[in-house]
Amino acid sequence: MPFDLETAPNPDNLKRVAIDPISRVEGHGKVTLLLDEDDRVQQARLHIVEFRGFEKFIQGRPYWEVPVMVQRLCGICPVSHHLAAAKAMDQIVGARQLTPTAERLRRLMHYGQILQSHALHFFHLSSPDLLFGFDSEVAKRNIVGVAAAYPDIARQGVLLRKFGQEVIRVTAGKRVHGTSAVPGGVNKALSIEERDGLLKDIYTIIGWSRDAVALARRLFEQHLDSYNAFGRFEAHSLGLIRADGAMDLYHGGLRARDKDGRTLFDHVDYHHYWDYLQEDVKPWSYMKFPFLRQLGPEQGWYRVGPLTRVGQCDFIPTPLADKARQEFLAFDAGRPAGSTLGYHWARMIEMLHSAEMIKELLHDPDSLGTDLMTQGERAERGVGMIEAPRGTLIHHYKVNEDDLVVRANLIVSTTHNNQAMNEAIRQVARQYLDGRKLTEGLLNHIEVAVRAFDPCLSCATHALGKMPLQLELMDASGGLLDRLQRDTDGQCTSPDA
Amino acid sequence: MTATPAMSPQPPAATTATFQLDGREVPFNEGQTIIQAALAAGRYIPHLCYHPEFKPHGSCKLCTVKVNGRPAASCTLPAQAGLVVESDTEELNGLRRTLVQMLFAEGNHFCPSCEKSGNCTLQALGYDLGVMTAGFRHFFPDRPVDASHPDILLDFNRCILCELCVRASCEVDGKCVFALSGRGQTKHLVVNAASGRLADTDADLADKAMEVCPVGVIIKKRVGFAQPIGQRRYDARPISAQALEDAPRPGAGSPGCAACEEGG
Repeated sequence: MPFDLETAPNPDNLKRVAIDPISRVEGHGKVTLLLDEDDRVQQARLHIVEFRGFEKFIQGRPYWEVPVMVQRLCGICPVSHHLAAAKAMDQIVGARQLTPTAERLRRLMHYGQILQSHALHFFHLSSPDLLFGFDSEVAKRNIVGVAAAYPDIARQGVLLRKFGQEVIRVTAGKRVHGTSAVPGGVNKALSIEERDGLLKDIYTIIGWSRDAVALARRLFEQHLDSYNAFGRFEAHSLGLIRADGAMDLYHGGLRARDKDGRTLFDHVDYHHYWDYLQEDVKPWSYMKFPFLRQLGPEQGWYRVGPLTRVGQCDFIPTPLADKARQEFLAFDAGRPAGSTLGYHWARMIEMLHSAEMIKELLHDPDSLGTDLMTQGERAERGVGMIEAPRGTLIHHYKVNEDDLVVRANLIVSTTHNNQAMNEAIRQVARQYLDGRKLTEGLLNHIEVAVRAFDPCLSCATHALGKMPLQLELMDASGGLLDRLQRDTDGQCTSPDA
Repeated sequence: MTATPAMSPQPPAATTATFQLDGREVPFNEGQTIIQAALAAGRYIPHLCYHPEFKPHGSCKLCTVKVNGRPAASCTLPAQAGLVVESDTEELNGLRRTLVQMLFAEGNHFCPSCEKSGNCTLQALGYDLGVMTAGFRHFFPDRPVDASHPDILLDFNRCILCELCVRASCEVDGKCVFALSGRGQTKHLVVNAASGRLADTDADLADKAMEVCPVGVIIKKRVGFAQPIGQRRYDARPISAQALEDAPRPGAGSPGCAACEEGG
């Protein structure tokens, strides 16, 4: 059964409005709206229109190539895919427990990644909407406009990202698409010079991250009612959690809570995630729709990402970020913590946490060790899970005795949030667009909702053979000669036959 | 085990005659080819299928130079006194660039996820010659990998038909595990087993043939990406500089190949 506004009952006579492409979003997203004669929204869908297909073409490749190959899913958060795949391949080579140095260096890489990605997400891609207004002058609504009007904010955003990239460079070998996480450990130690180079700036970075949290809060204070209400909807939540309930973005067990905050499951070993999560396919998108198995496809969809993680952890294990978390949850009776734009505030709290974690890891003597690799008894299947910047990320591989991947399943953060993002744009469509003459500024409200979740959509499209296609043969005057249709089962039929 | 060089360097005292390479004199010993004399003298001529430990092959044509105005493969042409050789010219480097582009278009070379990246001769040549795109429509051939051997993976997608493995396996290992089969566009690397699988040959990880592949076809299993970025063969300097360091020098002892010994 479709969700409200997912499919219009009588689409034939409706006006179609497409936001294509969604700007300031990596990858190719598209939103289509169907409007009736009174400009009332009858259907709203977020489509991810490009097809990536990594799950398919990774098949037949040697397992040790996978962490390097799959990170090409993304240029914004490649480290997340690199690490999730490496974690899965650790199990293939029997590395149940990495060496202390390997684990710290992977974590360092991951927190560098969270920091740079969150900075990019907030400052470069979303701050123009938040600082200038959702329907402000479009020519200025970009990072260049922010640099002109708020030079300090823009500069800090750029330098925060640069620092995160530098953490990645010294740990992964390159700022983008490094190679250091290998099955069983890492290939590169951290030198004293590299560590000291990062330590030199870390206190400035922590300071700027605190400023960023304060900015996110200030924006909420200035627009309290509209921010709280914007694209708001109730949803279940899912994320990894450390054994003691602390936020842990690198490793943990699965925790899910329902929309009222009641625990659905907790500290679940993610190596059997399929007992808890299932994926649904819809005919109009390459992106799959995961749901909590115990609640079913209609009721079981959920949110992942910063809002969820900050909201459902028991504490953040670094002092400044934990204080910021408590203030966030207490603010305005906790309403921002359930709002779509609350994602940005939570995101900045996580950026602060990442900066604090980087500082801790740089001071940890184990980070300078040289014992980098381990292995054990070979396994056939590996599942790697990590909290990527946008949310929970699952990599699952099966490897045969010849060392080749025979099956791959990727459930990326964007996919977990698929239904939630669709829900957000439908809410915004109801709130702002219904019955009004559409303008660029109004349509940007839809994009603001997408950007709150995710500036990066391309990693999520792997449903090979599931996308229905219709092939039409037209004559020179545009008349239809023949049609061929492929349905969701991959069957081709002629609808006119 | 190392191969007997096809033409051993002579003692320095024998060096008297010279030829001209791009306007500068290059001394040579009797029996040296143009490329051997050039590399020994610290002068780089781009090449792919030439290897100091094996007989000249003359197949890749990257080392083509103009000798007294006429094109010739510098790896097969013996040096002679008084020759006027052109190599580092816009015309010849342009042709070399095109040859490298054709190799990239012919196979499936996905450098971003290839474990040979940074150690690959073809990639290094592409960088050094300024190859920005494949320049031709990719063939996208369907070439499944052979992972049957417990220690060795063959990824035929990257084969450039240089026959270094063929030569090493026959001349050094005495096994003749590899051969080329087919003609023209369908020419491809095969292994010497009725099943067509490497597991059913005599191939062994210790074979010379396992260490000479200039690209990423012959892969030691389960150790990919062990070398961090920054420490790979061509990270620090381009192949035009690295190749000179690898070249056998007169009186320098073993003429072995540094790239092979590094296991790159």
